Amino acid sequence: MKDNILFRKLLISGTLIWVGLLAVVPYLILLRTSFLERGGEILQAAGWSLANYTRLFSPAVFSMAVDSALLAAGTALLCLLVGYPFAYILVRSGEKAQPLLLLLVMIPFWTNSLIRTYALVIMLKADGIINSLLLRLGLIDQPLQLMYTSVAVFIGLVYTLLPFMILPLFAAFKAMDLQLIEAGRDLGAGPLQTLLRIIVPLTMPGIIAGTMLVFLPALGMFYIADILGGARSMLLGNYIRDQFLVFRDLPMGAAASVAMTVAMGILLLLYYLASRRSGGGHLK
Amino acid sequence: MKKTVVELIEVAKDFDGQRALADISLTVTDGEFLSLLGPSGCGKTTLLRLIGGFEHCTSGLLRIDGQDMDRIPPEKRAVNTVFQNYALFPHMTVYDNVAFGLRMAKRSSREIRLAVTQALDMVQLSGLEQRRPAALSGGQQQRVAIARALINKPRVLLLDEPLSALDHRLRKQMQKELKQLQRALGITFILVTHDQDEAFAMSDRVVVMQAGRIEQIGTPMEIYENPVNLFVARFVGDINILDGVVVSRSGADTYHALVEGVAVTLHSRRDFLPGQQLHVLLRPEDVRLEQERDIAESRSLSAKFAQARLPGTVQRIFYHGATYDVEVMLDNGNQVQVTEFFDEDSANLSFRPGDQVALGWLQGWEVVLPHEG
Repeated sequence: MKDNILFRKLLISGTLIWVGLLAVVPYLILLRTSFLERGGEILQAAGWSLANYTRLFSPAVFSMAVDSALLAAGTALLCLLVGYPFAYILVRSGEKAQPLLLLLVMIPFWTNSLIRTYALVIMLKADGIINSLLLRLGLIDQPLQLMYTSVAVFIGLVYTLLPFMILPLFAAFKAMDLQLIEAGRDLGAGPLQTLLRIIVPLTMPGIIAGTMLVFLPALGMFYIADILGGARSMLLGNYIRDQFLVFRDLPMGAAASVAMTVAMGILLLLYYLASRRSGGGHLK
Repeated sequence: MKKTVVELIEVAKDFDGQRALADISLTVTDGEFLSLLGPSGCGKTTLLRLIGGFEHCTSGLLRIDGQDMDRIPPEKRAVNTVFQNYALFPHMTVYDNVAFGLRMAKRSSREIRLAVTQALDMVQLSGLEQRRPAALSGGQQQRVAIARALINKPRVLLLDEPLSALDHRLRKQMQKELKQLQRALGITFILVTHDQDEAFAMSDRVVVMQAGRIEQIGTPMEIYENPVNLFVARFVGDINILDGVVVSRSGADTYHALVEGVAVTLHSRRDFLPGQQLHVLLRPEDVRLEQERDIAESRSLSAKFAQARLPGTVQRIFYHGATYDVEVMLDNGNQVQVTEFFDEDSANLSFRPGDQVALGWLQGWEVVLPHEG
């Protein structure tokens, strides 16, 4: 019994130290840095400046941030439109088909995403698989410019993040009693009414969770924009990376990071409030 | 002549090539309380789901109010279901659950409010309108499910083992309430159950099913007193099955036979040939049991045993309060269960282990069936 308590204390304090050293402390440093002038070093420079945060709202940076958010929102929407029916089919599929279909979702999930992004290049480039296929079918006369466009980045984001949408949706469908669908039909609801009044409300936690899990990373996956989108920095993630590694403007990068984290935090808070309001109680 | 509501003609249902229902022909009349009774896996729930529209017949014909139901989805059928686990919408209040059917039918909100209030009144749940299903007891959820299914005034209410999740006392009470509700509303109820007591207590007619087939359709009394085969006889209550062989026929429905090695007279409307093997079925409460020496002493008593007098020895007594069971071993070694009521004149049990006794039955109370296997 006493050993047990000691073990627990060790375990908890170990975790706390780990989180503290590797997450909280660096983040505090980042926070402090964001209030410095350009070239400032946290250990020497003093003073508090909001200049970096003001710069975030300069037209160039702000419109980049809005574009990035729109791209992320579009990614989340397409993932939802593809993932929702897929998750439903997944939960309805038989004992043999379900593990197989799940495996199809998981395999890309387990593969290094850099490798998968380079694989997409082979699909998308001028003499790539998609273009040669379309040319051979006679649907186009000359290769489409897919690479280094926002379309390519969009495809890359959807492809990479789709499993993050499907898995929470699948969990939500699994938690739902499928007989409720029959109950709805029994009481006179057609397929559309059943979807809107029963299936969507009951899978809402999965819809929200999946959307968050796609939207938030889609703001920051700079390497996808690098490989598929070319030199233009399209995502918030690219901008932050460039501030740190290209322009060496640590305080500006820090400020952008903090702003992005705050935005994510607000979204997560909204999610928490929404999931609490939708009763939570119905997820037994 | 009452109107037919549901009609099934030679319906069969396959799942992945496996036959789940075969040769189902059944007519349900308006206002009837019908039970589908059988062990699990007998196809009774599948039959209910066919009527509800959740499954489609592989072959055969299903009509509701004379209309062919092939390809008619559940939402277009004048049939509602009380599901086994109730299937209440967890994200809606009791009020919204009950109102759901009317909202789908696009009724005015005034009409809906009135109907929901009435329905909740009917199932004694007034005041719980704003609760979520998770905050209700099992019995209350059951009532919500019933109110929700009845709100659209269906022609037929389908109930899939609705009472199986309730404890014994509540189940008995809900049986009574359901029966009263059915009488008051005049709606046809079709109940699926594996509980013979439940089926008998509530139904006008019982359909006994086994392995995807209908074994017998009849009133509870017909099923209990005149089972058509050994399966039905065994499934509804305790029964003693004696083996015998026909010796000769005398008259239209009287046979001389050897039963458990003893010469007896049997009555049956069925036709048997001399030499044919048969079963004699006796409910424990229909067996007449007396002490051998009492019969020897009394002429009137021995007259009652004239048609059948099977000797045996009392083995054990089981006390049940109002009745007691006597386990008797016949002289050929077979066991028979007898249920006796307490003799009002004597405080003591009439039988003790070791007593030499004779078994008989009232003329015509035995069920005679051809030998099975």
